Amino acid sequence: MQREHIEKSAAHIAADVRSGRVSAAAVVEETLAHVDLVDGTIGSYLTVLADVARAAALRVDERIRSGEQLPLAGVPLAVKDNMCLDGTRTTCGSKILERWIAPYTATAVARMVNAGAIAIGKANCDEFAMGSSCENSALGITRNPYDPTRVPGGSSGGSASAVAAYEAAIGLGSDTGGSIREPGAFCNLVAFKPTYGRVSRYGLIAFASSLDQIGPLTRTVEDAALAYDAMAGYDPMDATSLDRVVEPAASALREDLRGLRVGIVREFDTKALGPDLDAVYRQAYADLERLGAELVEVALPTAEYGVATYYLIAPAECSSNLARFDGVRYGLRVDADDVRAMYDRTRAAGFGPEVKRRILIGTYALSSGYYDAYYVRAQKARTLIARDFAKAFDECDLIACPAASCPAFEFGAKSDPYSMYLMDYYTIPMSLAGLPALSVPCGWVTPAGGSVAMPIGLQLCAPLFGEPLLLGAAHAYERATNHASARKPFLEGVHA
Amino acid sequence: MTSGYEAVIGIECHVELRTRTKMFCGCLNEFGGEPNTKTCPVCLGMPGALPVPNAAAIEHIITAGLAFGAEIPEFSKFDRKNYFYPDMPKDYQISQYDMPLTRGGAVRYWLEDGSLKECRLTRIHLEEDTGKSTHAGSGDGRIAGSSYSLVDFNRAGVPLMECVSEPELQTAQEAIGYLESLRRTLLSLGVSDVKMEEGSLRCDANVSIRPTGSSELGTKTEIKNMNSFRSVERAIESEIARQIEIVGSGGRVVQETRGWDEVNGVTHSMRSKEEAHDYRYFPDPDLVPLEIARDRVDRLREALPELPWRRFERYTARYGLASKQATQLLDNLSLAAYFDRVVDCSGNPQQSSNFVLGELSRLANETGIPVPKSSVSPEHVAELIELVEAKRINSKIAKELLARMWSGAGSPAAIVEREGLAQTTDPAAIERFVDEVLAANEKVVADYKAGKTNVMGFLVGQVMKASRGKADPAVVNELVRKKLA
Repeated sequence: MQREHIEKSAAHIAADVRSGRVSAAAVVEETLAHVDLVDGTIGSYLTVLADVARAAALRVDERIRSGEQLPLAGVPLAVKDNMCLDGTRTTCGSKILERWIAPYTATAVARMVNAGAIAIGKANCDEFAMGSSCENSALGITRNPYDPTRVPGGSSGGSASAVAAYEAAIGLGSDTGGSIREPGAFCNLVAFKPTYGRVSRYGLIAFASSLDQIGPLTRTVEDAALAYDAMAGYDPMDATSLDRVVEPAASALREDLRGLRVGIVREFDTKALGPDLDAVYRQAYADLERLGAELVEVALPTAEYGVATYYLIAPAECSSNLARFDGVRYGLRVDADDVRAMYDRTRAAGFGPEVKRRILIGTYALSSGYYDAYYVRAQKARTLIARDFAKAFDECDLIACPAASCPAFEFGAKSDPYSMYLMDYYTIPMSLAGLPALSVPCGWVTPAGGSVAMPIGLQLCAPLFGEPLLLGAAHAYERATNHASARKPFLEGVHA
Repeated sequence: MTSGYEAVIGIECHVELRTRTKMFCGCLNEFGGEPNTKTCPVCLGMPGALPVPNAAAIEHIITAGLAFGAEIPEFSKFDRKNYFYPDMPKDYQISQYDMPLTRGGAVRYWLEDGSLKECRLTRIHLEEDTGKSTHAGSGDGRIAGSSYSLVDFNRAGVPLMECVSEPELQTAQEAIGYLESLRRTLLSLGVSDVKMEEGSLRCDANVSIRPTGSSELGTKTEIKNMNSFRSVERAIESEIARQIEIVGSGGRVVQETRGWDEVNGVTHSMRSKEEAHDYRYFPDPDLVPLEIARDRVDRLREALPELPWRRFERYTARYGLASKQATQLLDNLSLAAYFDRVVDCSGNPQQSSNFVLGELSRLANETGIPVPKSSVSPEHVAELIELVEAKRINSKIAKELLARMWSGAGSPAAIVEREGLAQTTDPAAIERFVDEVLAANEKVVADYKAGKTNVMGFLVGQVMKASRGKADPAVVNELVRKKLA
């Protein structure tokens, strides 16, 4: 199997394309050939855009010839299938949109393409981004490239597995309560959720509008910074996008952490995660200190209410956001004698169990008589959680904590919904507070009963708009520890 | 009311705002067009599309609120009203729930007799319009029995003002007065075309009755499907009569929504309160809360035009116009502006209204050219009024002059000067005409002297004719009478 270019970082590929060392067309051919070989097993993509990608590569090569300096020239891109790309099937991993062709392109995708990235395919995800393992996709199974018996995480599981398996150099994910960071941690990636409002949501099919945020999954911090710089910034099509100058992150990458105070969260005691994970995180914190950071203990006393708060707000918003999938204008329609019955049948057939569960929870939480007790109280709790972070950031510049409470698990291991919801215990509080956070590889643990070591992610979180600092610090940690490159995904055997 | 009951009426209006683009997207806000041609991913509710509020629509609502003396809170927000309907693209409507753009205020209106009244407003808020369904295959366009339905989303996302009155109106005539004033005000502000026939004004009426003089509210019904002011009037009257009949015969009014049946002149039950939706309102997370800057409000307040009810007061109380004349002017804003200009130049409101609403409007009707667009300038009308006032011409000549001015003759003073049309007031000159006429009409003079005094008018007319209309009619009258005595 030939992987001359595609194992390189996005930064490296783009530099090679810009310098003419390789054409975008050649990178795309190599990627498509590789996808052909491995994706039957990994299942990253719901749709491979071979023709679209080849045509796009020719345009990039043309732009390079005409002298454009494209920061992501020829970089293969996996786009989570809840983002619109004009003329391509966009399913959200749901039967209700299984045959829907998007009539326009999401702003974030358009900006990546404008920077030279080439969309290789639409990546699998939990249905409407609701899930933490990709198992809730109605359209396909996605496997973890480090152990195909295990999940890639979710909901941006296909984007994560695609990047981990070299089917793309950058994956676009969306993170509502951890849907970028958790699969990133499970797949040995840098997985970055920017400040809420930094990247336009226009064209991202909404799960929970006040939480959804697009971000990159990459194999290096530098790549995450390049993707962020390409995507971030005000979009007049999104009223919640921030009209505020974006400081470039790619030029803020650091080599050490001197002068930084890193907060270790008192309430997130890693001993509770078992000795193996505890050791990994203790080592990670020690490495931060070794790099010059001062470790300080900070308190997030309301963080433990994050999951409960999230599972009122996110379902409430989704119950309204998903109302439009009614069979009238687009997507699946199951005919019936009258329009009410058509709605019922369409939605019964089109949505999977987890989506239905959340629509029910959210409808209930917004119902008259329950609204104050559930939705309003959850909003108050959300405010308190954000205040806790603000207080913590009085005492530190960054917060470090686990990205997930365990490594990637086996298919079917989290069969009751609540245990799956707890997967986002460490990532939800940051989402509720709108903060920028990322997961960076920090070690390997062999799960109980498993035979293969699986990657672990360290979560770093910065104050609002602290992306350059966050990525800068993650870069220093990555350079000093180099955990990601310790093991390779199992790709030689998977397609056999 | 002789029945011993009085009615309590509240009106809820939906008014499509006049803006270049729709409420939350860049599609043109225009009436009509081929179905589904004025649409985009946003107003079609496509997956992933997001709303961005139209600042002009927000300003329109604030302007309307200021015109009605409403409070403009510093903070406002958009909420989602959730319910399924095929012509609603997102299956929720972006509306405003507990923080409307304006609160309170009042619509001042007047009745035919000229009395000024007011009805307080609860609130005015901003929302988006829905698409339009067409039901096919049933023969009568109704959903019952139809084999399929079509939806046109051109209207979806058009900015819509919802204006809710307090239940303070007591008669159908008051309700119409209120609606007329609301319509005139919104027109004068330029925020809407307010055309009921194009659906840019739609209204529902909440109607209840109670024993005359009682302060408690009775059970109300909501009347829908009224598509003209006339049908609003009829529907309210019919519903009041229906309720009085029920209560008078010992029954109870049921709280429900009732539809107006224009053909049969009755309301019929559409749905009861038990079937009412739980709209699950919550703040729209796609839109940030609105902060309404005070200097923006001040700027809009300063830009307010003179409001119709104030103009009505000026016309009736200060100018002494009859209520009917004042209303006639207020229903034609460009004519009213023309009238104001004539008054400014002539200083004579009564004569100005006589000319503008009389001869000029007649000429306009005849020729199809609106008065303000005719070749008669307000300054020339004022000049004409001055000529009449100064008795340089009489009203007959004035009328003739106006017809010539309508055809582009220009300044009336100049015509009078040029053609020697000035009125003759010299008794000696007029006496000559009188003598001539009396001499030529001996029989008539004899009739007069025999007691047939009604021939006087004929003789005066003959004198005027002999003077080619220039003689002062007052002097002619006096001389004829004197000579016949």
